[in-house]
Parts: sequence; structure tokens; C-alpha cells
Amino acid sequence: MSAPHDDAAVLPQPQAAAQPSAITRPNGRQLSIAAVIALAVVLPWITESFVTFQLTQVMIYALAILGLNLLTGFNGQFSLGHSAFYGIGAYTTAILMHSFGVPYFWTLPAAGAVCFVVGFLFGFPALRLQGLYLALATFTLAIAMPQILKFHGLEWLTGGVQGIVVEQPDPPALVPVSADQWLYYFTLLVLLLMFAAAANLIASRTGRAIKAIRYNPVAAAAIGIDTALYRALTFGVSALYTGVAGALGALAAQFVAPDSFTIFLSISLLVGLVIGGVGSIPGCLIGGLFVLFVPNIAESFSRGLAGVIYGVILLLVIFVMPSGAAGFARLAMAQLSRFRRQSRKP
Amino acid sequence: MKRLTRRTILAAAPGALALASPLLSAFPARAAKNYGPGVSDTEIKIGNTCFYTGPASSYGTIGKAMAAYYKMVNDQGGVNGRKINFISYDDAYSPPKTVEQTRRLVEQDHILLDAGPLGTPTNSAIWHYMNQNKVPQLFVSTGASKWNDPKGHPWTIGWQPNYHSEGLIYAAYILKENPAAKIGVLYQNDDFGKDYLRGVTDGISGKQAKIVVAASYETTDPTVDSQIVKMKAAGCDAFVNTAIPKFAAQAIRKAVEIEWKPINVLSSIGNSVAGVLKPAGLENAKGLVSDFYLKDPTDPRWKDDAGYKWWIGFMDKYYPEGDKTDGFNVYGPSNAATVVEVLKQCGDDLSRENVMKQAANLHDFTLPMLLPGIKINTSPTDFAPVEQVQMGRFDGQAWQLFGPVLSSAAA
Amino acid sequence: MELLLQQVLAGLATGAIYACMALAVVMIYQAIDHLNFAQGEMAMFSTFIAWQLIQWGEAYWVAFVVAVALSFVGGVAIERVLFRPIHNAPVLSQIVAFIALFSILNSSAGQIWNFTIKTFPTPFGHDRFLGSTVIDTHEAGMIGVTLVLLLFLYAFFRGTRLGLAMRAAAANPESARLVGIRVGWMTAIGWGMAAAIGAVAGMLIAPVVFLEPNMMLGVLLYGFGGAVLGGLNSPAGAVAGGFAIGVIENLAGTYVPYFGGELKQTIALIVIVAVLMVRPSGVFGRRLVTRV
Repeated sequence: MSAPHDDAAVLPQPQAAAQPSAITRPNGRQLSIAAVIALAVVLPWITESFVTFQLTQVMIYALAILGLNLLTGFNGQFSLGHSAFYGIGAYTTAILMHSFGVPYFWTLPAAGAVCFVVGFLFGFPALRLQGLYLALATFTLAIAMPQILKFHGLEWLTGGVQGIVVEQPDPPALVPVSADQWLYYFTLLVLLLMFAAAANLIASRTGRAIKAIRYNPVAAAAIGIDTALYRALTFGVSALYTGVAGALGALAAQFVAPDSFTIFLSISLLVGLVIGGVGSIPGCLIGGLFVLFVPNIAESFSRGLAGVIYGVILLLVIFVMPSGAAGFARLAMAQLSRFRRQSRKP
Repeated sequence: MKRLTRRTILAAAPGALALASPLLSAFPARAAKNYGPGVSDTEIKIGNTCFYTGPASSYGTIGKAMAAYYKMVNDQGGVNGRKINFISYDDAYSPPKTVEQTRRLVEQDHILLDAGPLGTPTNSAIWHYMNQNKVPQLFVSTGASKWNDPKGHPWTIGWQPNYHSEGLIYAAYILKENPAAKIGVLYQNDDFGKDYLRGVTDGISGKQAKIVVAASYETTDPTVDSQIVKMKAAGCDAFVNTAIPKFAAQAIRKAVEIEWKPINVLSSIGNSVAGVLKPAGLENAKGLVSDFYLKDPTDPRWKDDAGYKWWIGFMDKYYPEGDKTDGFNVYGPSNAATVVEVLKQCGDDLSRENVMKQAANLHDFTLPMLLPGIKINTSPTDFAPVEQVQMGRFDGQAWQLFGPVLSSAAA
Repeated sequence: MELLLQQVLAGLATGAIYACMALAVVMIYQAIDHLNFAQGEMAMFSTFIAWQLIQWGEAYWVAFVVAVALSFVGGVAIERVLFRPIHNAPVLSQIVAFIALFSILNSSAGQIWNFTIKTFPTPFGHDRFLGSTVIDTHEAGMIGVTLVLLLFLYAFFRGTRLGLAMRAAAANPESARLVGIRVGWMTAIGWGMAAAIGAVAGMLIAPVVFLEPNMMLGVLLYGFGGAVLGGLNSPAGAVAGGFAIGVIENLAGTYVPYFGGELKQTIALIVIVAVLMVRPSGVFGRRLVTRV
């Protein structure tokens, strides 16, 4: 796991990334994960509450990007529709809390379940589509979602264009933290559980099947992998992750409205995925940092040209790191170890 | 002290402000200084969120024009000797981003108040937060009717006439022209579009007139031709066009092309002469009816008006790159001037409580670019500053105002 | 019945907008085997250049020709400067570069020419076409130009060495290189042609929808839809797809009860996806066989 928190820059700490060096020093990886978690636990006590709130959002975006990554990075399917799953998750939480008085922590599994079902059902027909065609189908989902949320026939449930206000979760009575810190730790806990689950899933037999489909769908089918089922399942799990992120996002923003879940959110997630590194779990955190902070950085240069500066930053990052931060870190480590080997020779 | 504050100060030569401010700052010196966050003897920090990037970036000029206005105020000595530090962040019309940027303003920049933040969903997202944390959400730049809620949300106050009551006014006009009208409404599938539709619906309820076609569009639609064709085919004889400029212009042109001649009402969102009627064709726009509260800078009828001349001078000096045909550039400074008036009335008691007290204490305040006869009034039970409009009919060259100044609250 | 006819005609008129854009989409697909998400913004920018020339007093046709030529050069330049260096990067990274280009063009157009809508002249005029009140002469002219462009592209890809080389370079760069095709330049020329066609599309679309920086957002979406529906490797299919979407959308808005008015865009898109389920390579597209 990389260490995104200790450096405001987008570049990762190469030592911290998941590395082949883990073979020589088996504890290096665990150590760096422990260090990042320790840092994450301490951070809310050394930053002001607004920064805590921003870091909560970074984690939420990272989780949403991980959802997309499970689909794109490990299964090779391309989606522009994840803003829809994020929105469904957010609305599930908002509606359950607002209309049914469900406590916030129970809304997360509900949001995940709803998104899993929607994702799975969407994944089945989408199986017939490849590449660009699938992109268009998911794009359709992203365009349709805000319109469906605004639709007058559903206004009784969704609140229509006016959206729904969500109460911020209060910390439990005996825990001496502020509401922002509580949400931060809650999000951190969810994030760690789901990152660990994703890592296990990738390493499992199922995960290998999913990856096999990415690298060679035809060959995967030939060795007996039920590509249709696995693809639909991956779609469901991917939607589940992004949906839980959406649920947390609703708690953090304390508000949901159709305009929060437009195609531009999908594009942001895609950008975060690519910048972090397709197929890399720690890269998702880098992606989350990029999604939240780079527009702010672009804006601080010039108000009118914020879009131009954002685009230029994006291009520069792609030029320097064509395979994202994770790819860059891999490359840097390879260079470093070659350099070490050479310098050891007399 | 209140007497000293010149209501029409902006209509006068800008120099008057410089003359008046030492007087103002000398006067309340007796009152104890009481500073909220972001205030010092030399500075008042105020915040704002606007859409500088993203799909609604055409609204970004409002924030820029506001900034230009505050710069002018500072050049002329500031407010009671204090310079205004206006911090405006981009939220790209994304409600979660508004929450983030507003929290940055409140918790990191420590602003005294949020001045004219833009958009309905974006302001809705911070509505709760601002009232919980007791930060003034002053003169929000949106026409939803919910901002006038002094009891439930005492820290939020609207500014412009709300869309719902404009809808009522259009309905009343149509009923007067044709009590049995078959109405077609074109609206954006959005908060403001639905508010207009609701206004028209409420305005004709119980009357003989009916809404026959209520057709929505998305901002990503290329044209609204289909919606107009549908209205004509359904036999509509009255048309309420509440679209944003681009679609309003398309609809006006298309109606003429397909020879549909209804009673044609245009909302105040799309009634700019240069921004809508010229692109649609001035000849095509003849006979249109609309309502106004700000002066349209592209309407030739104002070319010798003192308020207009002031505005042109302001634009030339402080926002030369701004588009002088864009009504948003009238909206921004007018909204900002109302904020400045509140700060002036606050004197040295610049606490957040007093800001809200003074915001609810505006009496017959006028602005250079407000329509003659329209005055800003608020009270502890009335959080709707601009409530009046006047109707106008387009004669092919300019808008000819007619009828009395209407109070939208009473309509 | 009259309503049906009118909505179909109005749909064809709007469909011409999509068809025009769909051609540019097919062009870039033939050149780079992928879609360019910044294509709409490039077309918008080209149209603004023409508009600026007209404002400076140039004649329409001068502005038209200069804008098309500049767009060709600009397209080649974008490929050489921005995309050549990352042509080995993963496809998703290239898509992010398209997004960056989108953001840069959209934001700078807003900064240079602001956001108020502008009229753009048409050589065809806005009179009635054959007595119809629904389609005007400009829209008829646009349909005509789209068909001419279609014939041109058809002839180019089928009948010229350059066109064949370009298709080969996009479909199989390695083999194309082996038979002596300069793949890099083929891609660059493809970019230039796509930009030039986009410029024509933009200048035909602007008189209908008005010129402003965000004018192509929806058009590009439907242009993609049309191209994908008809088949990305079939210019004729793409044009037919564009027209079909215009008509489908209008009919959905008019005749689908309850949902139609608010969700006509969604319905049109669902129809496209449904068709793709049955014909995954588009209605007129050729199916590609995957090699293991």
C-alpha cells in the first residue's frame, strides 16, 4: 500500500508501493501498510476539521475508484456509468434515513446490496457489448440517472429536483471525537475492510478467473471459465463498491440531489482511476487525492482559465506517467533495483 | 445613522461614495466594536461559490462581476473604512463540491458571511450547514421560493423574485388576455423550470384555462423544435417560454417558422435583447411579453439612463473583459451592492447576528440597475429582497414597459 | 397523422445535426480505431474561428475555407504534439488525454469568446423548404452537405490509395507498417480530416443551435450514438443512425405516455443500446472476428 497522506504531491512514495521487493523482505509490504494506517489514524488529531472532512472525501472517492477498478482494471470492461451507481448508493442511504428512519450504518449494506443487484442485472445484457459499445451503454446509464431521479413519477421517493437533506451521523455517546472525526474513522474502517476484501478477491481463484477474462476472454472461455457469469458478477461487485462509496458520500455531503451524480462524476472517477493506475489497489488512493485536490489547485492559478489549467495538468501527468502512479512507481522501483545491482558490482 | 446611508448612492456619481464613507465611518465610532469572524479594523472577509468550470460555466461571469464590484468599493475607500476581501471558489455546479468549498470558506478562511452563492441545488446542499453553524448565507443567487423562510432557516436569505411567483404573474397575464387559454409551457427539467411550471399551474387553478402541453428539455438537448411542434399541434394558443437564453431564442424562432402565433410570454431568464431576441430575429420577437426587475443593458431604451451610464462606466473600468451584452454582468454587481449596503448598515457591529439583522432591515433600497420604481425591502418576517417586477412588451426594437409595478408576493 | 409527419420531419432536421457529427466520429474511428471525446469541442472551436473571421469582415466562404483548412492543420498538430508521444500508452490513458483536451478547448473558448449565444450565418438561408414549415432551407442544405460528405468519404476510403492505407494503418498497424505504410502519418492525416469534417459539421450546426462553447455537448453524445448505432466502420450507417436517433427521440417525446416528455433522451439512448444487443456491431457495421 502506498503512502498518500504524508505527501501533498500526487507522486507516490516509491518505497511504499506494492513491490517485487516484498519477495526479499517479506515484511516490507505489511510494514508500509501498517505505517499508512497508523498515519491515517493520527491525521484527524493534527489537522483541522475541514481537512479531516476533505480526507474523508478522498477516501470516499478512492473507494468509488476501487469499484471502477475492479471492473476496468481487473476485468477489462470499460464503464462511464459509475456515477449512476454512486448516485443509487447515495440515494439509498438518503431515502432510508430520511423516509424510514434507518440508522446510518445499516444503510451502507443496503446501498451495497441495491447496487450489486442493479450492477449484476445491468451486467448481463451488457455482456453482449464490447469496448466502445459497452462504453456507450454505460454512458447511457450515466446520462439517464439524473433524469430518472428528477422524474415526476418518483418525486415522492427522491424529492425530485430539490433533493434530500441527510443528517450527519453523531459520534457514539462515549467516543470523544467530533462529528467530522467520527465520519472520518467510520469511512476509514469501511475503506480498510473493503480494500482488504478486494485484495483477497483478486488473489482468490475467482479473482484469477476475472483477470484471465481481462487478458484473453476467448482463451478464458476455452479453459472453462463461465465468462458471462463472472463478468456480470464483477459488474455487480464493482457497482457494490461504488454504491457504498456513494452512501458514504451522502453522509459526508449531508445532501443528495440529481445534479450531484452527472456524467461529470463518472469522468472524474475515470480520471482518478487512470491517474492512480489501472489495476492497482493503492493507486485508488492517489486517484482519490487527484479527484479532490487537483481542481482546487487548478482554480488557485486562475479563475477564468481553471478548465485550461486542469486540462494541462492532466496532460502533463499522462505524459510523465502514461500508466498512472502505480505504473510509474513500478517503473521507478525497477530502475532503482537495477541501479542497486549495478552499484554492488565492484 | 440609517438616515445617512444614501439609498441611491450608486445611482449618483461613484465619487459620492468616497465622500460619504468618511462620514459614515466617523459616525458609528461611538458604538462598541463587535467583530465576527473575518473582520478586523481594516478588512471584512466574505466568501462566495460560483460555477467557473463545468457544464454551467456560462454563469461564472456573475462571480467575476461581483469581484469587480467589490474592487470598485475598495478603490473608493471600502465599507466604513474596511476593505472587502472577497473570496470566491469554483464548485462546478456540483453540490458535494459546494459543501467542500463552503466549509473551506467558513472553517479555513474564516469568512464573515457567504455573499450571493450561486445555484439552487448547490445552495440547497449547504442550507442545513449554514443554519446549523449560524453563518449568514446572504442573498443567494437563485429564484427558488424556499429561501424565504425566516423561521425555519434564519441564516439564509434570498435575493431575486422567485420563479414560482413569476409563474403566477404569467398565468394572471394570460388569464386576462384569454380566460379560456390552452397553454403550452416550455421548461427546463430542473429546479427552476419546475418552479415556473408550478407557478403557472397554481395561477390557473380553478380557472377555465388549461395547461395542454408541459414540455421539458435537458440542457444537453441540441434543439427544442420537437417541443414547439408538439404545442402547435395540440392547439395551444398561449405559450409560456421559461427556457434559458439559447433555447428561448430557438423556441421564438421556431414558433414563427411553423406559423404558430400564440399569446407569447417569455420569462425573465430569457428576455435579453442582445442575448436572445437578436439571435432569434428582432422581427420574430415582436409582440412578446415578459417581466423585468433589472434593466436589460442591451435594451436601447436605457441608453441615456443614469443607472445604465454608471454601469457602463463600472464595466469599462473594473471588468473590461466582461461581456456588456450579458445580463449576468448586471446581476452580479446588483447582488453585491446589496451585500455592501448590509455591511454599511452594520457599522462597527460586524457580528454574524447583526449581519442577519441588517439584511432583514432593508427599506426602500434602490440600485442603479434595478427597474425604476422597484425597491428592495426586507423585514424579520420577509426574507425576499426583490419582490417586484414590471411587465413589458417588445416592439421590435426595445421593451416597452406597461402596467403597474407588480408585487410578486401578492400576485 | 399530421403531427406524426411533422415530428418525423422535425426529427430528420435534428437528425441531420447528429448525422453530420456522426460522420466526423466515423472518420476519427477509421484513423485511430477509437473515439475522440474532444471532437465536439474541436468542432466548436473551429466554428468560433470562422465566426471570428466573419466578425473581422471576411466573406462567409473565405471564413469557411480558412476554418476548414486551419482545422485540418490543427488536427494534424494535435496528433503530432499531444498524442504521438503517448501512442504507446494504454487506451484509457489516451481517453484521459481526450478529456484534458476537452477541458482545455471548452474553457479557453469561454474565456476568449464568452458564453452569450451568437448567430452564425448560413449560405442556404432560413426560408421554407418546398413549402414545408417544419424543415427550412438551411436544414435541407445541411442534409444535402451531409450526403455529399458521405459520398466523398465513401469514395475516399474505397477508391483512393490514401484511404485504403489509412484504414489498414488503423485496423492493423503492424501489418500495415510491414507493407510500407507510414502509419504515424496516416494517423495524423486522419486526425486532420476528422477535424476538418468536424469544422464543416460545426458550421452547419451552429446556425440551428446557436454558437456558444457548450453547443456540442449533446450533439456529440448523439453523434456517437448515431455512429455506434449505424456501425463505426460504415459512414452510410453512421449517417442513417444519426437521422434515426433524431426521429426516435422526437417520437418518444411525443407518443410515449407518462415517461416520454421528461425521459425522451433516456428512451432514445435505451433504444440504441437495445439495438446493439441484437446487432453488437451496429446495424450496418461489419462484425469483426476475434483472433486468439
